[in-house]
Amino acid sequence: MRDAFCAALVALSTARSFVFFTGDLGFMALEPLRNAMGGRFINAGVAEQNMISVAAGAASVGEQCWTYSIAPFIYGRPFEQIRNDVCLHDFDVKLVGNGGGYGYGVMGATHHAIEDYGVLCALQNMRVHVPAFADDLAPIVARMAADAHPAYLRLGRCEKPRDFVLPAYAPWRRLLSGDAGVLVVVGPGAGGLLAQYAAVPEADRPELWVATELPVLADALPQACVDRIRETGSLFVWEEHVANGGCGQMLALLLLQAGVHPRRFHHFHAKGYQSRRYGSQAFHRAENGLDPASVLAATARLASA
Amino acid sequence: MEQVAARSNRSLANRARARLLQMHYEAKVGHIGGNLSALDAILHLQSQVMTGDDLFVLSKGHSAGALYIALWATGQLQDDELRAFHQDGTTLAGHTVAGWHKRIAFATGSLGHGLGLAAGAALGKRLRGDPGTVYCLISDGECEEGSTWESLMFAHHRKLANLVVLVDANGLQGFGSTAEVASLEPLVPKFRGFGLRVAEIDGHAPEALDAVLKPLRHEPLIVVMRTVKGKGVSFMEGKMEWHYLPMNEAQYQQALRELAEA
Repeated sequence: MRDAFCAALVALSTARSFVFFTGDLGFMALEPLRNAMGGRFINAGVAEQNMISVAAGAASVGEQCWTYSIAPFIYGRPFEQIRNDVCLHDFDVKLVGNGGGYGYGVMGATHHAIEDYGVLCALQNMRVHVPAFADDLAPIVARMAADAHPAYLRLGRCEKPRDFVLPAYAPWRRLLSGDAGVLVVVGPGAGGLLAQYAAVPEADRPELWVATELPVLADALPQACVDRIRETGSLFVWEEHVANGGCGQMLALLLLQAGVHPRRFHHFHAKGYQSRRYGSQAFHRAENGLDPASVLAATARLASA
Repeated sequence: MEQVAARSNRSLANRARARLLQMHYEAKVGHIGGNLSALDAILHLQSQVMTGDDLFVLSKGHSAGALYIALWATGQLQDDELRAFHQDGTTLAGHTVAGWHKRIAFATGSLGHGLGLAAGAALGKRLRGDPGTVYCLISDGECEEGSTWESLMFAHHRKLANLVVLVDANGLQGFGSTAEVASLEPLVPKFRGFGLRVAEIDGHAPEALDAVLKPLRHEPLIVVMRTVKGKGVSFMEGKMEWHYLPMNEAQYQQALRELAEA
């Protein structure tokens, strides 16, 4: 998704003025943006706290600022700068984190971001965007640029099945129809799940939705999705994020408030490092029951229970 | 003529001190010592130095009282507004909150944030071709925050000539002296080691501040202001406890007498 993100920002740089800061990351990815932006592309160095404060300061005098690092470095180290300098002031500062979830795999736990959007969604004025596919980057970047408030963009690796034709971008999209519940997915894991469920008969698979904007707001939740949750009586949520502060909790609360009570609810989420062993993103997904085969088996079992 | 101006400045500073003490006494709150060490510089900036294009960033947010008083002394806050200091429903919180006064750009109070904000504002102004200087007041204790040095490195590397950093070096912090807590001194060579242009002045002498601000700059300027915590009140001067303590009636009256006799 980094390339798609870079291309989207290069396009944006021809349409409007903004400043781009990187925390010394982006090698072999952001060079086209650096070339396009000249003096407005700033390598702020390995100093994330300062980068966020500087971005907030520049936003205070009218600049839209985009800041970039790998996901754990963009929200963890400078958390107080995000909270105080950006969000309390409602400044037009964007945070972009590459490699959300277990994306950095065997690079180790310090490079994972499995609590990022839960933490950030707790802050005033913050919107979170979690693209599921590389194709989402252009419309998401356009939405972020048009909204002069804080935002976080969590990038990952696009896993879209080669021949699948995506519906037009929307923060909530139905990717597959199905009768055995509703599965709401956050993030690029949607690609693998899509491939897995596409081979299952419609009657035996859940309806697959992908959500890309958080926190989930009541008026953004499509009625069609809510109706299918009611009709099928089953809701499953998949995300490469811990349960606390995740989409699953948000959805459960919203549905309770709306008087929607599915008979079955299961939350597929990151649980950390249970075996204390480390590996690829696929390794961690499997250990957490987030791999497509495990999810398919679980939804089939739960829906028929 | 200069003597008349100096007397007038002293008179304004004395009135501001008295009003600052009144405001803290009526609100029954502390943080008085650091307000008194910073007041002369903030007042001089707001009354004599800054133009409408300039920006002031109070990184040592616990000196919010000194900023409110400087705004009052320059007619940018009214007397009755000061009575809301520290009260329910106020905008004059113990540390600045943003969005209600054009001279208070940022909510500060957690140390180590203001300098990055100031550097960003200075960078933004330069990118936009906007005039004006960004003045940022930090404390010496605040230099223990690593983010302060991140920001200094950035400001130096980006040659932010429209940035002036004032260090309220009163030598005391929340639970000890800066010498006891962090062997902070010598500060000036530390700043110079970052390649920064540094001046060292008496932080209670406005003419000294004028002198260092006057020359044309091609890089950020750091002004280490040697100050006295609790300046102007004998029993507060150089005493760490006045970082926190509120005054009782007897102390308040004594402080007012001392200011009247000064």
